[in-house]
Amino acid sequence: MADRAQPLNLAVWAGGLAAGVILALTLGTITAVLTRAEGAFALAAGDLAAIRFTVTQAVLSAVLSCALAVPVARALARRRFVGRAVLVTLMGAPFILPVIVAVLGLVMVFGRAGWVSTALGTLGLPPMNIYGLHGVVLAHVFFNLPLATRLILQGWLAIPAERFRLAATLDMAPRDIARQLEWPMLRATLPGAFMVIFLICTTSFAVALALGGGPRATTVELAIYQAFRFDFDLSRAAFLALIQLAISAVAALLALWVAVPQATGGGLDRTVERWDAARLGLRVLDGASIMLAGLFLLLPLLAIALRGLPEIATLPAGVWAAAWRSVWVAGLSVLVTLALALSMTLAITRLGAAQWGFATPTPPASICPKKKPEREGFPTWPVAIRRRCAVARGIEAVGYLAMAASPLVIGTGLFLIVFPFADPVTLALPVTALVNGVMALPFALRALVPAAQEVEARFGPLADSLGLTGWHRLRRLTLPRLRRPLGFAAALAGALSMGDLGVIALFADPEAGTLPLLLYRLMGSYRMDQAAGVALVLLALSLAVFWVLDRGGRVDADH
Amino acid sequence: MKYTLPLAVLLAGPALAQDKPVLTVYTYDSFVTEWGPGPAVETAFEAICGCDLQFVGAGDGAALLARLRLEGARTNADVVLGLDTNLTAAAAATGLFARHDLGDVAFDLPVAWQDDMFVPYDWGYFAFVHNVGGDAPANFRALGDSDLTIVIQDPRSSTPGLGLLLWVKAAHGDAAPEIWQGLADNIVTVTKGWSESYGMFLEGEADMVLSYTTSPAYHLIAEEDATKAAVPFDEGHYLQIEVAAVVASSDQGELANDFLRFMVSDAFQSVIPTTNWMYPAVTPEGGLPAGFDSLVTPETALIFPAGEAGAARDVALGEWLTALSR
Repeated sequence: MADRAQPLNLAVWAGGLAAGVILALTLGTITAVLTRAEGAFALAAGDLAAIRFTVTQAVLSAVLSCALAVPVARALARRRFVGRAVLVTLMGAPFILPVIVAVLGLVMVFGRAGWVSTALGTLGLPPMNIYGLHGVVLAHVFFNLPLATRLILQGWLAIPAERFRLAATLDMAPRDIARQLEWPMLRATLPGAFMVIFLICTTSFAVALALGGGPRATTVELAIYQAFRFDFDLSRAAFLALIQLAISAVAALLALWVAVPQATGGGLDRTVERWDAARLGLRVLDGASIMLAGLFLLLPLLAIALRGLPEIATLPAGVWAAAWRSVWVAGLSVLVTLALALSMTLAITRLGAAQWGFATPTPPASICPKKKPEREGFPTWPVAIRRRCAVARGIEAVGYLAMAASPLVIGTGLFLIVFPFADPVTLALPVTALVNGVMALPFALRALVPAAQEVEARFGPLADSLGLTGWHRLRRLTLPRLRRPLGFAAALAGALSMGDLGVIALFADPEAGTLPLLLYRLMGSYRMDQAAGVALVLLALSLAVFWVLDRGGRVDADH
Repeated sequence: MKYTLPLAVLLAGPALAQDKPVLTVYTYDSFVTEWGPGPAVETAFEAICGCDLQFVGAGDGAALLARLRLEGARTNADVVLGLDTNLTAAAAATGLFARHDLGDVAFDLPVAWQDDMFVPYDWGYFAFVHNVGGDAPANFRALGDSDLTIVIQDPRSSTPGLGLLLWVKAAHGDAAPEIWQGLADNIVTVTKGWSESYGMFLEGEADMVLSYTTSPAYHLIAEEDATKAAVPFDEGHYLQIEVAAVVASSDQGELANDFLRFMVSDAFQSVIPTTNWMYPAVTPEGGLPAGFDSLVTPETALIFPAGEAGAARDVALGEWLTALSR
């Protein structure tokens, strides 16, 4: 009964539909742009350099973000201290900042006239130079270290408390715990985190340019920008957008292929107590990790806050209206993200779960086979299963595509699609909410898919034996167990949407802008001080949205 | 709730249209903000036109033209306001613009103006802005030889960035690559837009920033801060002339021309200096606001004729990329 020939239920169709929406938004918009293109496209000489630079900086940024996130996540996972929850939330802030604010925050701390350089100056040392490839990577690590930390931290917290209890009973050394419990978790978590960060960094443009120090730091997105507004060469813009998608698709497939899902087994979902981490050396190590990461992430935020605080009183009246619009755009984005992510997650899990049943000897994981099972002495997986697994992996990969799509091309494509039927300006806010929601999908999937597969692996057999299926299974088993990643996904989607300029810049209505748009407009009108005030409001609002939604997923949980 | 409002406007649309014609003006974003010229211009024009003037903001000048090209002849725009002379040749070639019927206007521009399609409404010189008291190099060569740091914008994504590219090209011709090589070690960084680099300059990241000779006027008039000044270069300064034109497919051709006429009148022109922070194309009767007299006024105005700007731009971009990618 390896293949129980389950009918492809509602969840699978919903997941397929969600994938369709994303394909329409990515490939559909590129097609829309292509239909308006005249003439053939050709890569310019600089394009190869742009592709090379894009991939290089994205790989470096993703590797470094993940590598640094491991000790930070481990420290946060095994330490309890006052203000830990606040710190975890605050440390997530860089990720949700508008690009222009983050760049100025970084510059105020690490720039030539920044705090670090000033401190170096008093010691008689030359100022720090952050402009160059290392500056780009520094900025991207600043943005993405919080995300990597959160994704990995979730992996840590998902290790059942019984394991650590058992390890303590067996008197296992930290090294053994790392090998037996933590490494398998990292092996399952890191490729996904790497991929998501790689994808974010491939579409980077303003950050890469500002901190890259010059045209050497030309990314594919900048080349698209140039093709669009400098040459009005739509075919080249669309072609470059396809290249950008291809780079990301390769990265996504690689990561999904490399990731070895965990096949842990059940626990009772208790709070983790870490007896092994009491040693002094480990305490110092953890303390240092948290402190350094905290300083790196919080100092620029502090700079932004200090810069903006005196300006709060002088803010223009439009700020609060814009803030309100931002909040409801964020709310809509959350709904979009959750609807898409949940249906895709359930579809992926459902398709993957098709392979096991009581008669399946092993492996028990509800996850598609990675290696040819013959090698492990199993009969070949039936074709139906392999097909289902391919579909599951396909749906997941599509979920990551949106992130890799050029925002400019999506916006332009949507504009071309909407324009014949309606005034794009009146649709600016809903369209922005939709695109923002889709953009947050990869993070939501990263948080939800492993958790859902874990639930299926741990509780699936029990639920099956109880005949718990369909809606009841979702409500009684899956949703409660997914509460934390769901809260996290909603929080990220909401906060990201708050802080992101998104496609609204292309559709903008002069009287109905969002907060980030207002911020850009203030800066464009010399009002840098007021812009700093708005940046602080935006930062506070994004954090509040993040905090509320993330907490919502963790009520009555200890972490 | 939020949808009911646009819906109401949509339903009320035909009723409104019967009493008042609507004139739709596409312009760049900063024109229509509450600090830009937009609100004052709207009030003043609506007081005399018996129409409803609606501004639509679309990025900056280059994004504006791209938007119009995307929409083609089906566009709602009656007037496009905010292109500059670097874009007018490409804009004219699209065939989307009509000739105006303003006749001869006595413009106060540093150069002679003859164009039957595009009407200037303001202008300014590109310049490096620095803190008063800082070293002031006399030209690009001196700047290249100095230790001064500058932040500039990328010509591919920013209007002033493109202005600098053409400035160097117009002033130095074939020697432009050499100038850029000289400047390479002075450039702290190149940003996507003007806002990032101006913000970086104000935070002290560089000694000078590429902006306009009129930028210090903002600090002086709006902030009563006299510490910013433009640095005069002896090879002359590149001129940006901002223009508007009637869209050929407009069904409000007459009203659109009325708007252009209004645009070169005192009511519009007197708003420009302290909202758009540029020089008015026709100096209003009351003259320029106090503070503008303290600005640097270049001896030589450099500008490529509209027909040559496109070709010069492509050559100059190649040279710029080569010189700075080393």
